[in-house]
Amino acid sequence: MDVVNQLQRQFIDYSASLHREGFLDDQFTQLQKLQDDNSPDFVVEVASLFFEDCEKLINNMARALEQQQGVDFKQVDASVHQLKGSSSSIGAMRVKDVCIAFRSFCEAQNREGCLRCLQQVTHEYSLLKNKLQTLFRLQQQILAAGGSIPVVE
Amino acid sequence: MESCNCIEPQWPPDDLLMKYQYISDFFIALAYFSIPLELIYFVKKSAVFPYRWVLVQFGAFIVLCGATHLINLWTFTVHSRTVASVMTTAKVLTAAVSCITALMLVHIIPDLLSVKTRELFLKNKAAELDREMGLIRTQEETGRHVRMLTHEIRSTLDRHTILKTTLVELGRTLALEECALWMPTRTGLELQLSYTLRQQNPVGYTVPIHHPVINQVFSSNRAVKISPNCPVARLRPAGKYMPGEVVAVRVPLLHLSNFHINDWPELSTKRYALMVLMLPSDSARQWHVHELELVEVVADQVAVALSHAAILEESMRARDLLMDQNVALDLARREAETAIRARNDFLAVMNHEMRTPMHAIIALSSLLQETELTPEQRLMVETVLKSSNLLATLINDVLDLSRLEDGSLQLDLGTFNLYAVFREVLNLIKPIASVKKLHVSLNLAPDLPEYAVGDEKRLMQTILNIVGNAVKFSKEGSISITAFVAKLDTLRDSKAPEFLPVLSDNHFYLRVQVKDSGSGINPLDIPKLFTKFAQNQSTGTRNSGGSGLGLAICKRFVNLMEGHIWIESEGLGKGCTAILIVKLGMPERVNESKLPYMPKMPTNHGQTAFPGLKVLVMDENGVSRMVTKGLLLHLGCDVTMVGSSDECLRLVSHEHKVVFMDICVPCIDSYGITIRIHEKFTKRHERPLLVALTGNTDKVTKENCMRAGMDGLILKPVSLDKMRSVLTDLLEHRVFFEAI
Repeated sequence: MDVVNQLQRQFIDYSASLHREGFLDDQFTQLQKLQDDNSPDFVVEVASLFFEDCEKLINNMARALEQQQGVDFKQVDASVHQLKGSSSSIGAMRVKDVCIAFRSFCEAQNREGCLRCLQQVTHEYSLLKNKLQTLFRLQQQILAAGGSIPVVE
Repeated sequence: MESCNCIEPQWPPDDLLMKYQYISDFFIALAYFSIPLELIYFVKKSAVFPYRWVLVQFGAFIVLCGATHLINLWTFTVHSRTVASVMTTAKVLTAAVSCITALMLVHIIPDLLSVKTRELFLKNKAAELDREMGLIRTQEETGRHVRMLTHEIRSTLDRHTILKTTLVELGRTLALEECALWMPTRTGLELQLSYTLRQQNPVGYTVPIHHPVINQVFSSNRAVKISPNCPVARLRPAGKYMPGEVVAVRVPLLHLSNFHINDWPELSTKRYALMVLMLPSDSARQWHVHELELVEVVADQVAVALSHAAILEESMRARDLLMDQNVALDLARREAETAIRARNDFLAVMNHEMRTPMHAIIALSSLLQETELTPEQRLMVETVLKSSNLLATLINDVLDLSRLEDGSLQLDLGTFNLYAVFREVLNLIKPIASVKKLHVSLNLAPDLPEYAVGDEKRLMQTILNIVGNAVKFSKEGSISITAFVAKLDTLRDSKAPEFLPVLSDNHFYLRVQVKDSGSGINPLDIPKLFTKFAQNQSTGTRNSGGSGLGLAICKRFVNLMEGHIWIESEGLGKGCTAILIVKLGMPERVNESKLPYMPKMPTNHGQTAFPGLKVLVMDENGVSRMVTKGLLLHLGCDVTMVGSSDECLRLVSHEHKVVFMDICVPCIDSYGITIRIHEKFTKRHERPLLVALTGNTDKVTKENCMRAGMDGLILKPVSLDKMRSVLTDLLEHRVFFEAI
């Protein structure tokens, strides 16, 4: 029992910190609410999908921006738009903020700016991925110990 | 020398005798030859003669005879041997033929004779047939006469015409000298001469009915020959000649409508008329059988015709009577209607006229109560108030009752809280009960539905009345009110055979029992309880007031609610129980949201919010698609996901109630899809609601959405609660545009 409580307290603290640092916002909480007996791994599934999506988009953008001849800003913009949508759906606040900046650079057709944003996005994405994976591992541990995931408001 | 041993000397050939013989033979031959010719000629002409063979034989015989005689002519002179042989042949032949002929004749002549007898026989037969023919013809004549007579008689339904026509026709048919009809008088003791053929206006000739001849005629249904000296037959002035034969026949007079022609019942009380027929006086005519039959048949027909006429008269009279009665009834009805209308008008006017002053009195008296009054004054004002309240109640009751009796009262059906009704009654009765130190208890069965469909006001009025009566007539003790849903067996044991409850799915029978420990009622008085204005005199509680209308009104309300109300009591001083059963409707489950005491939206979370609601989600972005899907699944919807507009158009059907489209300019042409979906579903109720999901917060997007024909717009991010409330709103109003 003690282990479970400890783990749960850890989970709550970690969640809170993520929210505090701006990695996750309210949307993520909403997602957590959608998790129930019918879809017990809902959040994990969404997160995995997000990660796949992210990587694909980031690669697309990188390739597009590497073009020496002429950068297809339209394509980049499209990808950034997608990324923005995904990140706002999952509640990845920081990623979303970067995407917003990214978009303005795309509109301005500023290659340098785009490249910088791309870098930032990649960085934020990896950070988030790590954090979420830690979070999920904590969840697993709690469940394995026989406890239930506490709901964080 | 010539010597011959002839006995006689040779005859010289040219003697006179020889000459005569010669000539005779010649003529004989001629005749003999001509006879067969004649026979042949005539037989050929007749062509019927049956014995041809005989003729041939005879002819042959004759011819041969003639030939013989002819050949004989040559034998007078010296003739050669040839002639002799020819002669011999002829003679031999003749002999043969004549013998044969003779034999034939023996055979034939009897036949010929018998032909004659047959002829005689046929002649007799023909004569007989002639006679019979004559008879048949006569009968047929008679029949024709009868038919014609009948037709004439029946062609009219007027009694006088019938009788007159009978006499005329009979006279004509039978060629009568006189024909008369004697009808029985009103007293039935005499026969009066009513109609005659020849005399135009018969004098009032009467004959007593109990004459032996008349009796004889009346006792048989045949036409009877009577003596011309009989009083009924003395119709003509005595003439010089022998009066013709007279026949009389009875004619039954019927006044009944069902009779059978074939069996006139032989009742002595039957009335008959007498028909007398007289043949012409100076003829030697006799009454023939067929004429008598004719007369009898005619008499029958006359009887029938007369009774038809009688029936017709009767039915005409009855019809006239009915019409008169109809008119009278109609008049009575109109008068009654007028009376009712007058009464209603009166009531309507008095209603208003009486109530207005009443209200004024009551209102002002209440106000007066509030002011500063001396105790005496207060007492007076209270009395005034009490009396005017009573009067107001009385007026209301009377008006209600008259409306109830008219059948013009209709229940105001509505859904109401049953428990609240009982609580209200309890609250109203508690003050009075506590003053009288009566204990009131209310017991509601757990299976009693909380809500019911019915006339709340009148139900409360009824229950209040009963409970009020219980309180009024109890000086001490307790009152218990129980209410429960009546089961079929408890419904049937009531003492009212005409109360036939019918159970159905959306109705139930509420049974309320109010038991008090008061003064009770004499069981004999119980039936009178529910009659108007009848009050129980024996209780001695005269000052309890009331008009005696309360229970009558209750009964009528209960009847309107298809129920039953009755009171049981074991006797005076043993209290009584009032039982009331009414039919109430079950409220519909779905309308719980319309009930006043429930919150506006059902507060059930989770899966059952929108069970099975078919939704289509179109979003290019996988993650956000998944998130939306998760949201909707959590709310219990049946979600179909599509990632492109083509897929969307392909999969969308009328089963989908909502289509969520993620608009992100410029990714998907959502407006185009909206238009295409509008085209696909022309009927408004088939088309799913089209809702745009967007993160875009500018007004232009909203305007574009509205213009394109979308039914709603939601801003992302969508929380669970937001989605829930949006869906509720959307399904109720069919449109939802978030305020931007």
